[in-house]
Amino acid sequence: MSAGTAPLLKIEGLRVEFDTPHGRVAGVRDAGLTVNAGEIVGLVGETGSGKTLACRSVMRLIPFPGRITAGSVEFEGRDVLAMRPRELREFRAHDVGMIYQDPFSSLNPVFRIAHQLTETLRANLGLGKAQAHARALELLADVGIADPERRALSYPHEFSGGMRQRVMIALATASQPRLLLADEPTTALDVTTQAQILTLLKQLNQERGMGVLLVSHDFGVIAQVCDRVAVMYGGYIVETAPVEVIYTRPEHPYTRGLLESIPRIESAGRATRLPTIRGVPPDPTEPPPGCVFQPRCPYAQDGCEKVTMALEMVGPGHGTACPVRPFTTPQRPEAAPTGAQV
Amino acid sequence: MSAGAPLLRIENVSKGFGLRRTLAERIARTETEPLRAVDDVSLELRRGEILGLAGESGSGKTTLARCIIRLVEPDSGLIELDGTNMREARGQELRELRRRMQMVFQDPYSSLNPRMTVGAAIHEAGRVHKRPGSENRDQFVREALERVHLSARLAKRRPRELSGGQRQRVAIARALAVGPELLIADEAVSALDVSVQAQLLNLFLDLREQLDVAILFVAHQLAVLAEVADRVAIMQRGRIVEIGEAGAVFGDPQDDYTKALLAAHPQPRLPHAA
Repeated sequence: MSAGTAPLLKIEGLRVEFDTPHGRVAGVRDAGLTVNAGEIVGLVGETGSGKTLACRSVMRLIPFPGRITAGSVEFEGRDVLAMRPRELREFRAHDVGMIYQDPFSSLNPVFRIAHQLTETLRANLGLGKAQAHARALELLADVGIADPERRALSYPHEFSGGMRQRVMIALATASQPRLLLADEPTTALDVTTQAQILTLLKQLNQERGMGVLLVSHDFGVIAQVCDRVAVMYGGYIVETAPVEVIYTRPEHPYTRGLLESIPRIESAGRATRLPTIRGVPPDPTEPPPGCVFQPRCPYAQDGCEKVTMALEMVGPGHGTACPVRPFTTPQRPEAAPTGAQV
Repeated sequence: MSAGAPLLRIENVSKGFGLRRTLAERIARTETEPLRAVDDVSLELRRGEILGLAGESGSGKTTLARCIIRLVEPDSGLIELDGTNMREARGQELRELRRRMQMVFQDPYSSLNPRMTVGAAIHEAGRVHKRPGSENRDQFVREALERVHLSARLAKRRPRELSGGQRQRVAIARALAVGPELLIADEAVSALDVSVQAQLLNLFLDLREQLDVAILFVAHQLAVLAEVADRVAIMQRGRIVEIGEAGAVFGDPQDDYTKALLAAHPQPRLPHAA
């Protein structure tokens, strides 16, 4: 089946559940998302929002005892969830690449960089030893590692965090995947290194037309490279919009609260209190009825506890799960200045 | 805020770490230059002031913070708290100085004892330093928790039952329980989510107002410092390359490294920032 007009990646109604001693708990409750070829889509959310699970679902890499219990994941029109082991293996090897947050633990410390790259190349592309080695050096050069011939002989601990993440990107893109899943790729890095890695991702995206799903908790990172953004909260996508729209016209109170609570350089010299979102994220074992954000929402009103979390389109490519719009004065007092909790 | 003598005075503090020599160097008996983690640093901190300390990983900010409280012994230089020489203090005197400066660490998951309840951890700090009021355990713990806007009910819980933000509040409550005049927050909000981070930053501002405690706020995120610090110091390779009022340093940076850091800082465009 050819790509045709099908999007590169299409997730619909995704639900991921865990069987725990306290019953079944949903980490992702209902998530839908598309990534088109050549597009960088950001998936933002806080700890526990389900963004990493949603991302891993694409590769069917949900850790035990988690399971995908509903929804569909389609890659170029192919049903990923229905793939048989052999097909899944091919899909993971050639079609998608994945990079993780921690470049310190995702490389094997006892093998040289060259070995790790050639191993992947030989397994995935069936290259011979010499061929794989030559290709590995090319890949290292592609991701901006100077003097690849020498550096390929190094061990991971001899590399800095930024360089290790470059190696991870080289590994993930070795088989020219059409989709790259990047789960918090720059969180462990310094700002200057982070900027370099983001530039590299953007470059690979433009040169190869590779689609990227970038998972992050940092709106600043998203703003730098993404075309579109999806905001996740409590297992749902609560808002999705083109990147320039989400920052100027957020249409979900959670997105709004999140944007307002980001520390800003311009505040320097006149330190005031930051606006905060009151309360704490929902407990996945006892999700609130209706809108998941309603217990913390300054705009909440009667009926919010009956809202279904479906995205309603409010502009081109702009959807929100909040039916209470336009926002007027908050129905409840704003968050306490200190953000008192519990 | 007393305008007089500074609360903390650091002059020409240096700390080097010996690097392991390679085999060739050991055979040839060549001495290697130690890594200058902190290199001739001087700064002052007034009572009730928040000084931000920024720099990339490896720039020496944590080593400097640890030198101040003497968790790491500096090689040379002067460290004075309220006129008392920190480096010459021994025994009881050192303990008392350390009570007056407390540290909050980055990782609230590992800085609390998992087997102690929150209340026990806070009370222990007060008991060890024989703080007034620590005889009455429940009240002592309740006051400490309320200071950081936590419910006294949490006293019976253990760290694993708390969220990251709550744990960091507990760590702050424990530090404040012994009545310090200086708080050293080493990346204390870096591991937290944006919305929790904002709550904690506001808490630090409240505490400064209520207790007139000085804070050395170490963070690699410049925007975090912009929200809380009165002055900021930028460190690079063990040296302070720029120090000044937060508005001046971020608004009109003089040093090339500061400019590079600011340029690399990812800034989201915000609804009200236009």
